[in-house]
Amino acid sequence: MHCLWCYEEIIPNLNWQNIFTLFKPRSLCEPCEVRLSKLVGSRCRRCSRMSAVRICKDCEWWEKRLGGDVLTCNHSIYAYNDFMQDVIAKWKYRGDYQLGQIFKQPLIDAFSSLFVNKEVVIVPVPLSEERTLERGFNQAKVLADFLPDSSMEVLKRVHGEKQSKKSRNERIFTNNPFILTRPIEKPVLLVDDIYTTGTTIRHAAGLLRKHGTPKVYSFTLIRG
Amino acid sequence: MEKEMTLQRGGPAQRYAGKLLLRNEIPLDENTFQQMLSAKLFTPVPSITRKKFRYHCRRCGNQERKLFADIPCQLCHKTHVYCRNCIEMGRVMECKSLYYWSGNKPVWPVHENPCTWEGELTRLQQLAAERMMEALKGKEKELLIWAVCGAGKTEMLYPGITEALKLGMRICIASPRADVVRELKPRLQHAFESVSVEALYGGSTDKEGTAQLIIATTHQLLRYKEAFDLLIIDEIDAFPFHADPSLPFAARRAKKSPSTTIYLTATPRKQQQILLRRKKLPHIFVPVRYHGHPLPVPQMKMTFSLKKDLRKNMPPAAFISWIGQRKNPGRQLLIFVPAISMAENLLHPIADVLLQEKVIEDRKKVDAVHAADPDRKDKVLKFRAKELTVIITTTILERGVTFPSVDVAIFDAGHEVFEEAALVQIAGRAGRSADDPTGEVIFFHDGKTEAMVKAIHAIKQMNKLGGRL
Repeated sequence: MHCLWCYEEIIPNLNWQNIFTLFKPRSLCEPCEVRLSKLVGSRCRRCSRMSAVRICKDCEWWEKRLGGDVLTCNHSIYAYNDFMQDVIAKWKYRGDYQLGQIFKQPLIDAFSSLFVNKEVVIVPVPLSEERTLERGFNQAKVLADFLPDSSMEVLKRVHGEKQSKKSRNERIFTNNPFILTRPIEKPVLLVDDIYTTGTTIRHAAGLLRKHGTPKVYSFTLIRG
Repeated sequence: MEKEMTLQRGGPAQRYAGKLLLRNEIPLDENTFQQMLSAKLFTPVPSITRKKFRYHCRRCGNQERKLFADIPCQLCHKTHVYCRNCIEMGRVMECKSLYYWSGNKPVWPVHENPCTWEGELTRLQQLAAERMMEALKGKEKELLIWAVCGAGKTEMLYPGITEALKLGMRICIASPRADVVRELKPRLQHAFESVSVEALYGGSTDKEGTAQLIIATTHQLLRYKEAFDLLIIDEIDAFPFHADPSLPFAARRAKKSPSTTIYLTATPRKQQQILLRRKKLPHIFVPVRYHGHPLPVPQMKMTFSLKKDLRKNMPPAAFISWIGQRKNPGRQLLIFVPAISMAENLLHPIADVLLQEKVIEDRKKVDAVHAADPDRKDKVLKFRAKELTVIITTTILERGVTFPSVDVAIFDAGHEVFEEAALVQIAGRAGRSADDPTGEVIFFHDGKTEAMVKAIHAIKQMNKLGGRL
């Protein structure tokens, strides 16, 4: 076994606790894994960022602007840090597909403790066709495919500028880039790699809600 | 259209010849590209080949199974293998080809008198320069120039480069470090004003790689194939060149045949030393600095509490007593530490100590820098401009960078990152200018290591050889 990030060999520690069980395969070595920072402690109920108050200021703003938020709640696993930025850049932009494996187990674990008995329909946030061809894969679809339930691709995205190239205000006030191909009348779980301003997720959620979806949750890897 | 062609330095031959590129690295629309392909101006080669049970990446030479992975392809709807080793240069996938130029050969300008450098070489530099010209004219394959730190390696290359430009050759200077590439570009452009010079490294503003004189990190050589008549590889002993087999592979492919390769080093590795001794690799040795003074010999200072001090984020006790009694307190100070975290953690405690000892009068005069630092470029520039008096650094400033008047301290010189070559290089940062040719180099340690002893021995040996000439 080799670490997906630093290519060093991973040698499992043998001790009395694990001597009789099989080793869980790991994708990152210990030193690399500790560089990812997991979200812990008190968090905003709505967007999952670390916050002392129940609903953070950003989410209050959304509530006011939309007159009741279209998003029931978002759950994220990691905070954004320099290491995560490097990992995401290599995975998404350089196109190192295999790096996605790093997130498989944490994603499954979080999913089974939070969403498994909510009977949700999993919908990955799409990329435009052009972007999918350029990158070779949609990172949100990759993440959704790790989950034990199957997903439905009911959203389409019109080609536009990259979100990461825009400023905060530009992102919030852009037009809805999504088109719904089939309404879903069950609760939906949107899956994406990163929640930054929450605009993308709310665009998708708003569209779903307008067409009869009762509740929209989102599950994102990172709260930026 | 025609005007555009000339703007692109002599059209497609100049632009694409000598390169090995992915389709998305060739900025031509699909129609033009297909036409050129059927006119056999470009030739495709498979990017990843299978040999029995092995894969082989044709761009970086990678053959290790663990550095290949699978990806579902959006175009072919199949699963393909891709290479993870050279992914930073763009993804190489099984179904995609690499292309090289197979049209007419480009003609590079012949320069009659390209050298605009006005300095003078010392006798020993001159000797090395003449040896290099001889190698060029005699179409010798390889030559190693072994010159101590501060011998003026770059200037020694000027006569050879001049000669090559007179013959209309294409030249590449490759260095393992982006910092060095950045530093070399203005110097070389200044020395050869009429020649097109480009510097290529990850994130560089020059991107085309179509100049006659290219300065590049060794990674950038992965995009070249049979391109250069003269290839100069700086610091062949440095990481990552000696550790990553894809880099020597790229260097071999990037040169034409026949061509001349010049290796530069101040600290040849064992493997090269053996070749030298067996006379398998022709070389020339320059054991004296350009100003003629000997290399500063490092001193070792034992500190029993070193690890304890460092764990408490304190500089070693011996450092505190040394700082008060430096021979020339006017010099800037370079402090080398073995780890990034240590550079950051020690910043404030060191600033406190230096304030107390009155080495600096303001906290802002100290800073820490490491490879992952986004402001790395600026901080080095600030140190060079003397806006910083003290800089705490990891091994990234170990080689290739020149500051005129510094003292050097190494914390935990016994740490495994400080191997013999690294210690010799670090010691070589001191006493670089003719105005201040000495400088103190102190190894703070808690137990001598073989690397430290050998490094000091090697420095003394070179001084001895230099004294005799």
